Amino acid sequence: MERFAEYYLNAEILLQYGPAIIAGAWVTVGVAAATVAIGLALGLAMAIVLVARLRGLRWLVIIWIEVFRTLPQLAVLIFIYFGLPYAGLTISPFWATAGALGAVLSAFAAEIFRSAIQALPPGQWDAAAALGFRFRGTFFLVILPQAIRLAIPLLTNRAIAITKGTALGTAVSLPEILGQAQSAMAIAANPSPLTLAAALYLVLFLPLVVASRWIESSRVVPG
Amino acid sequence: MPEWLDLLIENFADAESAARAWPLLRQGLLMTVQLTAVALPLGLLAGLTIGLLYALGGRLTRALLIVWIDFFRAFPVLVLLILVYFGMPFLGLRLPAFAAAVLALVLNNSGYFGEIFRAGLLAVPRGQIEAAAALGLTRLTAIRLVVLPQALRAIAAPLASNSLELVKATSIASLAALPELLRSARVAQEQTYNPTPLMVAAVIYFVLLWPFAHLVARLERRMLARGAR
Repeated sequence: MERFAEYYLNAEILLQYGPAIIAGAWVTVGVAAATVAIGLALGLAMAIVLVARLRGLRWLVIIWIEVFRTLPQLAVLIFIYFGLPYAGLTISPFWATAGALGAVLSAFAAEIFRSAIQALPPGQWDAAAALGFRFRGTFFLVILPQAIRLAIPLLTNRAIAITKGTALGTAVSLPEILGQAQSAMAIAANPSPLTLAAALYLVLFLPLVVASRWIESSRVVPG
Repeated sequence: MPEWLDLLIENFADAESAARAWPLLRQGLLMTVQLTAVALPLGLLAGLTIGLLYALGGRLTRALLIVWIDFFRAFPVLVLLILVYFGMPFLGLRLPAFAAAVLALVLNNSGYFGEIFRAGLLAVPRGQIEAAAALGLTRLTAIRLVVLPQALRAIAAPLASNSLELVKATSIASLAALPELLRSARVAQEQTYNPTPLMVAAVIYFVLLWPFAHLVARLERRMLARGAR
């Protein structure tokens, strides 16, 4: 037990490296926020392209969705960070991580938004037309608000699962929680920083997981 | 040919680099397949066990299982892997990279699969169990023959989706120096000073996983359509 405490809850080491790891938590929060913003905005835009049948963009969007829905997040990140510089594009660890995760989230979000829009009964379109709405008014005032409500449980689950991928940033030396903890562990030759990192992840993500459980239980279970 | 296209082909579709990387990539692919073949069944089994224990358990068991599920759903799988692979040796528990990756993937997915099975088993109406009891089936037989088949149909979409995520997550084993597909591609890239191996790895992932991603999307669309009515 004593050895356990010395290795995993070493107060001296935690005090020394704690501030750097906690600073990493802010990087994690920043990347997560950027990921969600990029993913949802791009996802919604792509869903609109698909639903409105915009010819030229349609194929581009379909390819984007298929690619980023299928590839592992880490493979996308590694490609962006270590591959794209050869094409003359050098991207910071922060934006490489947010960009990779955002691209993956956008693919799933587009698919979810699109399905939700198409799942609404066609009577909604007819009723809006009968009330004199044009396509744009129908779409943004009638269809989209309902579709977003329908999509929320699936979207929150995806968004949480993908923002947890911020830990992958450690592979491109992003100074987020895990990266900071790993370098502290290497210097101190003691894994207590990892304990702190684990605790910080719980503090950040456990409320989200519990909230998603609540959102899911408040929706009608599909038969 | 325009110069920029030349540059792209030379860097991302270089035949010589791809040929040199191929033996490494093939070994990496084999490792990814092995990792999946071990971790996926174990993850499903862990999830099913949690779901069944929840369905059969009393109040305390259920509360503890919810804690277990949410705890492991809150941890990024990479954090689990780093804890297992780099953190446990300090206690004298040194696992090889393959076993560490399997353990991290299974623990993480016991939360995800556990929640899916739990919700699925719970969604089957109580009357089904009562009817089965009236027919003289024991509780376990009723769950096996009556509840589970109905639950499985209801949770096909999330089960397939999460299985695919598990396969994709095997790539994090590269960060524990396990030479699976992604790691092999990185090593080959550094040997050939050319990112073509990364491109080849991405293409391999895409070709292998795309049919499953497509299936998952179809199942999810069907589920959403049911929810809208």
